[in-house]
Amino acid sequence: MHELSIVASLFEILEAKAKENQATKIVVVRLKVGKLAGVVPEFLETAFDSYKQDTIAAESRLEIEEVPLKMRCRKCAAKIEKEEFILVCPSCGSTDLEILEGMELLLDKIDLEI
Amino acid sequence: MSNKELIVREEILGSNKKVAAEIRGKLEAAGVLVVNLLSSPGSGKTTLLERLVETLKPTHPLAVIEGDIETERDADRIRRKGVPAWQITTGGACHLEAKMVGKLLPEIPAETKFLFIENVGNLVCPAGYDLGENLRCVLLSAPEGDDKPKKYPKAFTSADCLIFTKSDLIPYLPFDLEKAGKEALDLNPRLRIFVTSALKGRGIAELARYFIESRVNMIQHQRHA
Repeated sequence: MHELSIVASLFEILEAKAKENQATKIVVVRLKVGKLAGVVPEFLETAFDSYKQDTIAAESRLEIEEVPLKMRCRKCAAKIEKEEFILVCPSCGSTDLEILEGMELLLDKIDLEI
Repeated sequence: MSNKELIVREEILGSNKKVAAEIRGKLEAAGVLVVNLLSSPGSGKTTLLERLVETLKPTHPLAVIEGDIETERDADRIRRKGVPAWQITTGGACHLEAKMVGKLLPEIPAETKFLFIENVGNLVCPAGYDLGENLRCVLLSAPEGDDKPKKYPKAFTSADCLIFTKSDLIPYLPFDLEKAGKEALDLNPRLRIFVTSALKGRGIAELARYFIESRVNMIQHQRHA
């Protein structure tokens, strides 16, 4: 349950971006959360809603896009997409896999009122 | 008044990663190898550290940071071994963050060769926070069960080494060491695995050697860089 401290870090970025752009309000906050980011989207929403009170994002909406795990085999170049996290290529059995997506915890976009 | 869509694409924990990279840079330059120990509560992090301290201290001065929600108990246990130790009490937070470690850097003695950081007992949250470590070790004790790697994948995929603890209890438990090891290697084939018992002294020397070799590699790598 470290979602609240993630939200605290998120608000540091949000407040800086709002200031840089002289925004009066943040309307929408869009995140990309990888399946393996170790974060529960529902907890993130709850933490966001309680944290946003009295901030520039008080009336904002949080949109979370969950990103599935995508890997590429460095040996046979197979593209792998699966729910379960096993670092073994289903085509050639190699364990030399590159994780392309699914680990991220990104602030993707925000809609500002200026 | 107008609306504007701003593309940010920033890592939310980017500021933690930045502080962690600074810590790693500073300590590497000072010849200190940093080890972050992760596990659930009660899996034996402090007891393992006590044994490691006894083994390493005669040849390699070391320091320890203890993370807990409350109390100085763990740092006191390490201090009794004659090693500098600092307690970070998070007051409820389930993990350590890089800036908490960063604050302690000025206090680390110049002769230090290893800094061990014992994270808050939790197999979920600490996995998301880089503390500036060179090695991340995840501990799994026999009584916890052999099914943990796939239940807590992030801790195991982000680790460099897996340390089985309390191996002296394995004969009395339905704990399949081979199965647990295989499950962890499925998740992360690059894991180095150690089987230890702090009580019987099993595996402690091998683990200490791994840390010493990792430090030598770190220093050689720096010279070539």
